[in-house]
Parts: sequence; C-alpha cells; structure tokens
Amino acid sequence: MEPADTAWILAAFALVLLMFPGLAMLYGGMLNGRNVLNMVLMVLSSLAVTAVVYVAVGHGMVLGESVGGAGIIGNPFEFSFFSTMMEDDGSGGPLWAAFYILFAGISVALVASGAAGRMKFGAWLVFVAVWVLLVYAPLGHWVFAFSDEETGVIGGWMRNRLGLHDFAGGTAIHLNAGAAGLALALVLGRRRAGVSRPHNLPLMLVGVALLCTGWMGFNGATAGGANFLAQYVTLTSLLALAGGMLGFITIERFRDGHATMLGLGTGAIAGLVGITPVADAVGPVGALMVGFVAASAAAWAITWKRRHRIDDALDVFAIHGIAGITGSLFAVFFANAAAPAGISGIVFGGGFDLLWREGIALLVTMVYSFAMTYAIAWTMNKIVPIRVSAEDEEIGLDRSVHAETAYEGRTF
Amino acid sequence: MKLITAVIKPIRVETVSKELEKAGFSGLSVSEIQGRGAQAGRTEYYRGQAFAVEFRTKMCIELLVDENDVDKAIDVIVAAARTGDDGEIGDGKVWVTPVERVVRVRTGELDEAAI
Repeated sequence: MEPADTAWILAAFALVLLMFPGLAMLYGGMLNGRNVLNMVLMVLSSLAVTAVVYVAVGHGMVLGESVGGAGIIGNPFEFSFFSTMMEDDGSGGPLWAAFYILFAGISVALVASGAAGRMKFGAWLVFVAVWVLLVYAPLGHWVFAFSDEETGVIGGWMRNRLGLHDFAGGTAIHLNAGAAGLALALVLGRRRAGVSRPHNLPLMLVGVALLCTGWMGFNGATAGGANFLAQYVTLTSLLALAGGMLGFITIERFRDGHATMLGLGTGAIAGLVGITPVADAVGPVGALMVGFVAASAAAWAITWKRRHRIDDALDVFAIHGIAGITGSLFAVFFANAAAPAGISGIVFGGGFDLLWREGIALLVTMVYSFAMTYAIAWTMNKIVPIRVSAEDEEIGLDRSVHAETAYEGRTF
Repeated sequence: MKLITAVIKPIRVETVSKELEKAGFSGLSVSEIQGRGAQAGRTEYYRGQAFAVEFRTKMCIELLVDENDVDKAIDVIVAAARTGDDGEIGDGKVWVTPVERVVRVRTGELDEAAI
C-alpha cells in the first residue's frame, strides 16, 4: 500500500470505530430508561465477540480463498490466529483485518435492535458468535471476496459470478442486519410492556452524529485508498444523508403533522443506508434522490410494520433493509455512467440484466439471512430459553440482568 | 399553623416564589410532580407512532404559615400562578391542611416560633 492510502485507511478505521458507541447511544436512547445499559452492552459486546471469532476463523471465512472454488465460503484457516499478520508483505493485511472486524461487528450490533429489552445477555453473546460464523461469514464472502485472475484466487459467487454491484456492503451488512433483526424479534416475541416512547432523544442524537461520522469512514475507506473514488463517495454519502433527512421529515409532516428530531436523525441514517451500495454508481443529484427516496421508503415501512404488530423495536428492518433495497433498486434504474462505477441505469440506456442481478442478490441475501437467523435463534431457544423471565423484563434488564441502573431513582 | 400545598404550572414557579418572598414568606419547598387533572393529556409522535402522554408535569410548592397569614399567602399564590387573562385549565390547585407541631432543628424552637 502507498503511504497515503495507509494513512487514510488508518484514519477511516478510527472513524468507523465511532459507529459502535454511536449505535449504542442511538439504540439506548430510543428504549425506555430501564433497558438502556443492556442495549449498550449488547452493541459493544458484538464487537468484542466478533473480534474473537475473527482471530480464530472468521477472517478466513470471509476473505480467504473460496473452498473448492465454489464461491460459498472462504477457507477458515487461511488467516487462523492472524499468524500471517506479523510480517509486512506490503498488502496492508493487519489494517484490513482490523477494518473487516468492524464491518462484521457493526452488522451484528445492528441485529441487537431486534432483541431490545427481552434477551438474556449470555444468550446474546453466544448468538453473536454463531451468527457471525453462519450468517455474516458466508454473506461477507459472497460480496467482499473478489476473484483475482492473476493469482487465480476465487472469491464469492455473488460478486464474481452473479456480477453484483454493491459498493460498501448494502447486502452483506445492511439488508442482512435488517432481515436478521426481524427474524430475531419474531423468535423472541413482542415485549410484554408494549412499545415505550424513547427515554432520551438528545442521547439518540449524539448516537446518530457519531454513526454518521463513522459512516464517512466506512464508505470512504471502501474506496481502498486516498484516491478520487474516496472523494467521490464522501460527497455522495453526504448528499444522501441530506436527502434522507428531508425525505423522512417530509413524510412525517404530511402523515403526522409534525417534523420531529427523531425523524430527522432516522432519515439521515436511512439515507446513508440507501447510498452505501451505490455511492460510486449515481451522480450527485442521484445521490440526493437516493437519500430522499430511501428515507421515505423507510418511513413508510415503519408504519406498515407497526400495523402487523411485529416488535422489531428499533425498526432495523425498515431502516437498514427497506432503505437499502430502495437505494440498490434506485441505482438499477438511475445509475449514472459518468460516476466512477461506470454503470448505466436502465433509464439511461443500461441493460435489464442489472435488475435481475441486483434482484437475485437482494432476495438471496434477505431470505438466507432471515431463515438462517430464525433457525439459529429458534434452535438456541429450544436448548435453553433465550428470553428473560417476565419478572426480569418488568424490572428492566439494566437492573435484573446487569445489577446497575442508568438513572438514579427513576423509572421511565 | 397550617401547611399550604400548591400544585401549579412549572412556568409559574419562579414568579410564585418571588411574590411569596415579597409578601414575607421566606421559606418553602418545591418538588416536581406528575399527575392528572382537568387538563387533557397530550399526544407525541415517535417515528410516526402516536403516544398519549397521560401524566403532566407540575410543580408542588409547600410552605408552613401562621394561621393569620393563610389568606394572604393563598391570595399571593393564586394571583401569581394564574396564566392568561382569566386563568386557564391546568393552572393548578391550592389547599390547606392543619399542622400539629413544628420544630426548628437548629434551636429546638417550637410551633409559631419555628415557622
């Protein structure tokens, strides 16, 4: 790696790390004040457990050479115990290893939203490890492992055989987390106390701010170096964030009568989700529209989901699933060939093959993630119940599970 | 000796306190309370979900007064706590309860001398 590239990825790594406390505060602030510390613990422990899995076999399963050339899963032992990381071979191995741990960690941290306020903490830690191995690792391999014709290394099928365009993990990270969060919420069942109003919106705002800051590193570093692509996706990410804020509050204004801060923050995230797979494929005006449309779709999906009484408490399926699908499909039709990816959307004369490529990738990701996550949670629950007792749930998980409380003498 | 309890709107608590001080009532306690009255609850929206907020936040002022000062104190509180031109629903309530004994911790003085 060139020194400038190394410097940028190192800086971006620090930015992406901010997404963990950011997500913890966003999710914690949106729950009631009796489950906030539990949520913070779930989000942060996701990173810890993921790192352990990665050191053992995870990194190989995602980025290793495809086992049998099938494109299904990487060789688990290719980077076992990171023993290859101790010498400088010039490829930036340790930096990318650290970076990919964050990608996997943030994916499973998003899934925590489906378990809000009702899952045993020990069960969560086990779930994280199993989920990274069985759900994230194959999906990550399908999308992030590029084939290399020169060396003959074969990567994941979705990227290389299907020809999916996914810039920074719209499928393996966001749609995956959205579908998985929904599945986990369904296995756990609804919270007994029902839906509570967010206990701390300013905390949620700080979380959104950190998450958005981190996202610039997330998309920016996926460019692979300090180059024009990094500049371009930083710009389109910002524009989608802006469009997302406007999209969500517009829907709110007409549906509920008020624009809210929670809606603005939610829209910012939905906009970023929308642009993540297509940041290099749309033009600047397209990026604004991706944000606006993705956030509007998320706002609609939240209302739809409520009507079906599914307790995906923090709307991860709407915000990371629906907004991600919307962003991807937007690019299928409106991709701008002048953007770095050089893809023409159908509206601008591109082929219809893009539609079925993306469609298959989105569908397979969603179905695989949902079914496998449901199976993992269902099986774990058969062995030992993964939900806390009714009494513990009523007391709140902060006190009943962790013996600490966020706020002195107050119950929200 | 009487205990005057006034439940009032939070935005009026400073005015009531200042007016009471001007009228010679120096000591009082204030606490934040939640409750329900004639004033309707309100609706808030979170990601499009409507939540009825059942309890409203009010401030509770308590002060001990000599029997002869009760009317004066009530007049001051009511005048200072009322909002709008003719008062509004939710402005609150004032009530008076008898007190058997008062002791000043520092000196051990009793009853009227302790107020």
